[in-house]
Amino acid sequence: MSTVPLTHILFVSTALFFTGMYGLFTRRNMITILMSVELILNSVNINFVAFNKYLYPQKMEGIFFTIFIITIAAAEAAVAIAIVINLYRTHKSIDVDDATEMKW
Amino acid sequence: MNYQQYLLPVLLLPLACFLLLGLFGKKYLKNASGVIGTASMLVVTVISVLVAGNYFFADGKIDGVYQHIIAYKYSWLAFSPTMSIDMGAIVDPISMMMIVVVSFISLMVHIFSLGYMKGEERFATYYAYLSLFTFSMLGLVLSSNIFQIYIFWELVGASSFLLIGFYYNKPSAVAASKKAFIVTRFADFGFLIGILVLSFYGGTLDFNTLIQRLTAPQSGEYIAITTASFLGISMLTWGLSLVFIGGAGKSAMFPLHIWLPDAMEGPTPVSALIHAATMVVAGVYLVARLFPVFAIDVSALQVVTWVGAISAFIAAIIACTQTDIKRVLAYSTMSQIGYMMFALGVSRYGGESGLGYTASLFHLFTHAFFKSLLFLGAGVIIHFVHSNDLKDMGGLRKLMPVTHIAFLVACLAIAGVPPFAGFFSKEEILTASFHSNKVIYGIALFTAGLTAFYMFRLYFSIFWRKEPGVHSTHHADGTTSMKIPLIILMICSIGAGFVPFTKMVTSDGVALETHMDILFSLVPITIVMLAIFFAARMYKKENGSADKMAATFGNFYKAATKKFYVDEIYLFVTRKVIFNLIGRPAAWIDRNIIDAFVNGVATATGSISVFIKGWQSGKVQTYALCFFSGIAGLAILFIYLWK
Repeated sequence: MSTVPLTHILFVSTALFFTGMYGLFTRRNMITILMSVELILNSVNINFVAFNKYLYPQKMEGIFFTIFIITIAAAEAAVAIAIVINLYRTHKSIDVDDATEMKW
Repeated sequence: MNYQQYLLPVLLLPLACFLLLGLFGKKYLKNASGVIGTASMLVVTVISVLVAGNYFFADGKIDGVYQHIIAYKYSWLAFSPTMSIDMGAIVDPISMMMIVVVSFISLMVHIFSLGYMKGEERFATYYAYLSLFTFSMLGLVLSSNIFQIYIFWELVGASSFLLIGFYYNKPSAVAASKKAFIVTRFADFGFLIGILVLSFYGGTLDFNTLIQRLTAPQSGEYIAITTASFLGISMLTWGLSLVFIGGAGKSAMFPLHIWLPDAMEGPTPVSALIHAATMVVAGVYLVARLFPVFAIDVSALQVVTWVGAISAFIAAIIACTQTDIKRVLAYSTMSQIGYMMFALGVSRYGGESGLGYTASLFHLFTHAFFKSLLFLGAGVIIHFVHSNDLKDMGGLRKLMPVTHIAFLVACLAIAGVPPFAGFFSKEEILTASFHSNKVIYGIALFTAGLTAFYMFRLYFSIFWRKEPGVHSTHHADGTTSMKIPLIILMICSIGAGFVPFTKMVTSDGVALETHMDILFSLVPITIVMLAIFFAARMYKKENGSADKMAATFGNFYKAATKKFYVDEIYLFVTRKVIFNLIGRPAAWIDRNIIDAFVNGVATATGSISVFIKGWQSGKVQTYALCFFSGIAGLAILFIYLWK
């Protein structure tokens, strides 16, 4: 089995992270923002798994953390979608720029 | 005898009564409140008399010397192991004499008010205030600690304020109550500084310890307080004089007397209780309480003597010219308290030389009876005539026989005609001042004449002068509850002089042997008789001789009618001098410097916040960007710059 070097995997996760970051700052649609957040979380997951495999192959902590993060991401998605639905009911829009009433 | 067991109820019963009537009286106990107050006062009086009787005749004396007994003492605020504010009760001849006087006069006033204040809307409140006053006054006379006396001192001041301003919808009463409070409060400031001076050097607030330390010439405290001086006067004199200022304020001594005549705006029974018999003699009591210390400092005693003598003299002159019946009595009170003060002033500690002390307290004792009788009598008259002015009275002797006789007895007593009460006490004061200072004796003698003159001017103007007018003849004497106190006090005014006072209350607790000297008594009696004769000539029938007399004195008479312009001087000093030179600049600094600074801080905060709040765009992504840039910045800082 040809081995993929760690740096390649880290490169992928960094690319994923900044793609998510870009989406988080530029998109106006709340669903897209939520998807960007998922991308960021997944880039972290990749990091965890990669470091676990390459540096401490006999241990399992990185994989456990990844499973935790996936669980929490699922819960967070449920909450976020509930917020989006409620926002849509009151504002008839899911554009973040339309929800600025609570600025001060 | 266990004094604590008896003295605690004496104090706490009026307090409980005040709380009960004050909280629930107006709503639930409207008419019963008078009876409740009077009943509790009756109990207090009975206990007081029992305790005092027991002290004087059973267990107060050890080897013929009356002891100072501390009935109880609860430490309340301890500053240090040696200095603490205690709540205690002292049992000695003067405190025992005072609790009898206070509770007895208070009881008489309670009974009298049942009739006098009947139908008053705030009847329950009135009795609540009376109970509060009685509680504070009893607390004052029993105090074993100089700070404790100060606390009760302020309490009597507050209850006096409440009672003077009882008719609070009358502007003059409100003004009078404020005046009384402010003037006495001003004097109490001196008292407080005096307490601080004495306790700073004495190292204690406890009366007995303080007196012990400051009267022992070899004690460290005595040496410290006499060697320290300020403006060339020793700290002992300063401390005592400042304490005396507090006493002078409460006792309406010149020039702090201006509140007393105005205080007559209160209900008349209140004047009888507070402004004649009890509260106004608190100053005398205070000097008497600290007398052993006063006695070693001749300069402080000189201050007491001259303030007392001047007050007695000036007040007597003013009393001759006033036409308001209660004001005449107020000035007469001031004059008599002046008598007590200079009697203390000419006295020394112990033995024969302590006669002035005994005389002063004897006069306090007798004065309480006849002066409250005069006020209650005046109350009956005012109740009937509905006016305070002498012009509206005259010829009342047939309409109100009981009041007439009572008033006559009181006048004879205050004038010092034997064998009425005032004669004995005044005689002792005259003897004491004769042996120590002839000038004071002269003033005292002249004042005694004036006293007789103005009292009988009052008497003849009220009861003779005119023939009875159109007044109806029934109920002129008032209700039974008003007559009973008059009769009891009348008996006391006759009999109080026969109390063997010199055996009971002396400066050092040892009984004093006194002997009446007929030749000595002859002079004052003659003067008093002449004064009464003159008053009868001038006022018994309307014959214009009074006006002629007034015209002879001209401007002097006018000045006396205007109370020697003391009020006007006060107004000038406060309105013109203090307001313009201190008040206005202080107000300017307050408005333009202090307020401006505070306002500036507020304005700056406001404008900065308006500026900052623009950053709160409400756009979630902007916040996230800031958040991320912050994290990135910190990351750069920690990774590359933090070496």
